[in-house]
Amino acid sequence: MSSNQDNAVEHEEYYVPEQSKLPIFASIGLFLTVWGAANWLNGDANGPMYFFAGSLMFAFVLWNWFSIVISENIQGLNSPQLKKSYVIGMAWFIFSEVMFFAAFFGALFYVRSLAGPWLAGEGEQGLGNDLIWPGYEHEWPVMTTPDMAANGDSATMRGPEQNMSNPGLANWLGWLPFWNTAILLTSSVTCHIAHGALKKDNRSQFNLWLGLTVLLGIAFIILQIEEYVHAYNEMGLTLESGIYGATFFLLTGFHGAHVTLGTFMLLVMLLRSVLKGHFKSDDHFGFESASWYWHFVDVVWVGLFLYVYVFG
Amino acid sequence: MAHGPAKGFTRWLYTTNHKDIGSMYLWFSFAMFLLGGVFALVIRAELFEPGLQIVEPELFNQMTTMHGLVMVFGAVMPAFVGLANWMIPMMIGAPDMALPRMNNWSFWILPFAFAMMTSTLFMEGGAPNFGWTFYAPLSTTYAPPSVTFFIFAVHIMGASSIMGAINIIATIMNMRAPGMTYMKMPLFVWTWFITAYLLIAVMPVLAGVVTMMLFDIHFGTSFFDAAGGGDPVLFQHVFWFFGHPEVYIMILPAFGIVSAIIPTFARKPLFGYSSMVYATASIAFLSFVVWAHHMFTVGMPLAGELAFMYMTMLIAVPTGVKVFNWVTTMFKGSMTFETPMLFSVAFVILFTIGGFSGLMLAIAPADFQYHDTYFVVAHFHYVLVPGAIFSITAGVYYWLPKWCGNMYNETMGKTHFWTAFIGLNLTFFPMHFAGLSGMPRRIPDYNMMFADWNMISSVGAFLFGAAQILFLFNVIATIRGGKKATDEVWENPEGLEWTVPSPAPYHTFSKPPQVS
Repeated sequence: MSSNQDNAVEHEEYYVPEQSKLPIFASIGLFLTVWGAANWLNGDANGPMYFFAGSLMFAFVLWNWFSIVISENIQGLNSPQLKKSYVIGMAWFIFSEVMFFAAFFGALFYVRSLAGPWLAGEGEQGLGNDLIWPGYEHEWPVMTTPDMAANGDSATMRGPEQNMSNPGLANWLGWLPFWNTAILLTSSVTCHIAHGALKKDNRSQFNLWLGLTVLLGIAFIILQIEEYVHAYNEMGLTLESGIYGATFFLLTGFHGAHVTLGTFMLLVMLLRSVLKGHFKSDDHFGFESASWYWHFVDVVWVGLFLYVYVFG
Repeated sequence: MAHGPAKGFTRWLYTTNHKDIGSMYLWFSFAMFLLGGVFALVIRAELFEPGLQIVEPELFNQMTTMHGLVMVFGAVMPAFVGLANWMIPMMIGAPDMALPRMNNWSFWILPFAFAMMTSTLFMEGGAPNFGWTFYAPLSTTYAPPSVTFFIFAVHIMGASSIMGAINIIATIMNMRAPGMTYMKMPLFVWTWFITAYLLIAVMPVLAGVVTMMLFDIHFGTSFFDAAGGGDPVLFQHVFWFFGHPEVYIMILPAFGIVSAIIPTFARKPLFGYSSMVYATASIAFLSFVVWAHHMFTVGMPLAGELAFMYMTMLIAVPTGVKVFNWVTTMFKGSMTFETPMLFSVAFVILFTIGGFSGLMLAIAPADFQYHDTYFVVAHFHYVLVPGAIFSITAGVYYWLPKWCGNMYNETMGKTHFWTAFIGLNLTFFPMHFAGLSGMPRRIPDYNMMFADWNMISSVGAFLFGAAQILFLFNVIATIRGGKKATDEVWENPEGLEWTVPSPAPYHTFSKPPQVS
């Protein structure tokens, strides 16, 4: 670094790491994971073994990868320009996540507003009603699947016996999704307060508010699990409950998985702060990217709350 | 950073160098090109004459599916990423890609993904047999068990593409040398910038659609099952929301390559640089609102047909701007026809033919006649083979002397070009006629009336295949030796890559150049 002092005014050295074993082992880990998953799903007895071995390997590589990146930053290898690469990388990664959810939201809107009504005879595509599902009436949530409409009790595609939709404003206080919304929105605020405290170099406040955010994240996950248990055991709403169950569980399920990942990320940030004293008031992109991710899952939830629950 | 590459094969496993990674991408892509080519030749051999001769219909379906998947995801996309890796840092004066380790990870996922995908050929029930567009319910209810492996292969190659695209965007936004403003960037950099955006926008949607398939197959959901209130047409919408931008992912970098080559050999600056940038951005934007033109016959409301038809035809405007600019660049230029230029000129002419047949297909009422015929096959092969493949080939001949320091054999290059040019036109031009007279896609046997066109196509396909062996031979010979290339290689080419020695040193621009 020092040999370039003369050039440092207009140009800082961009750190290009020497050879790294991380990528190839990450690839092997990822491959074993999906290879195992595919074999497992296809009923191969060795599938779980490959899956867990691969996941373990992948997690181990990621652990090392992050610790190397963190130690590089602590050693001062990261120029402001390099840090900006990480910022850009995270921003575009979140954009890719947005598009992943867009696919499922798109599926929900299409089925709900176009395919279902057409099947029930609406518009110029309405011929299908007489030819394919005579007498089928579309409603959302789809409580009666076309299979049930056509075959009655002998149908194999059952509709949900109950759905998760808005029970009416008067009953919101006893409605779990309402509380989950409150929890997640609050956690975004606490996360933001933690960020503000870190920028003012107030370590104890940072730890406190970040810890609170993690707890709220865990509370959300617990309530979400509770909701699923309730859905499966008492409401008869499962993945097999026709298109309503499919969209409900995949949208909320992938969101829940992202909340879990986000909570884990924030927990790691908390441990880094408490145990290692990481992060400075002007250098804490590790935390900031986790907080971006957290705000992102919060925004997705607002979309879910509106389109899956309130207007569901 | 001053030293050269590491010794031994671990150099390639552990590398973080954009040139190493670029080379690996290019070699991988060429291997997949040959593999996908073999699948294509099985198809053409079977179709040489009517009747069933060589393969069973079941295997034939696997061949059409695997040919498409391997060519799209294994050959064309990685080749462009390889060129991006090699050229973008050198073109913008950067020391390397912005995130070098992630760069290597993006590459190394691919061999595993394709090993998994190809292994399905040897599985019980055979490889995926539902076409590269894997429409439900063929790919769900009626799919072979290997579809699960296909789904996970798509997942991880999608992850690879997203990471590669993020890397390219971070590099372009953050690593440009002082003075290299956005509107001074070479068009190859611009087109890749926009392509990377498309990749990040649509690869997650592909991941979403295969995830829905996975759940329909293994977990009892009914996304694509009408009995449960889902809709197989939903699959097509989500797939083509990915699929149409994907088409531009495979052609925008090609625009960038020929926009670099044509000015060099016409010895004139590119005509209409800024209009090229805006045209590329317009094409990318429009690519998100035309997807349903792939599904005109599926039973959409008339308003939908019309909207998608007009939007699709709008794309002809920015594309026309581009073709106009290339032609105007050549107009009254001091043209010479070295191999890269031959491929580029052929690109302009033949890609335009593919564009015009695309316009024909865009007309919704006419598409009812063309849909699912060989006319469609002819159309998209005209944009992909002399479009994507020719531009990649042109790019390789153009930059190969910079990469390895030696000139390729011009006679062999020209022989390669003419063989490929004749071969591809023999293969794909007759398909227009076969298609217009009604020959359907994806069938192993056909009516006697299509026999002549198919025989010509098959002969052309084998000729085209042979041309690629010549290409391989020429590239290897150039790497091993040959006339030393100068630093500029060509006569006054434009761009920072020509200011560094040939072969380009292992690390270029550790200190960024000042761009005036």
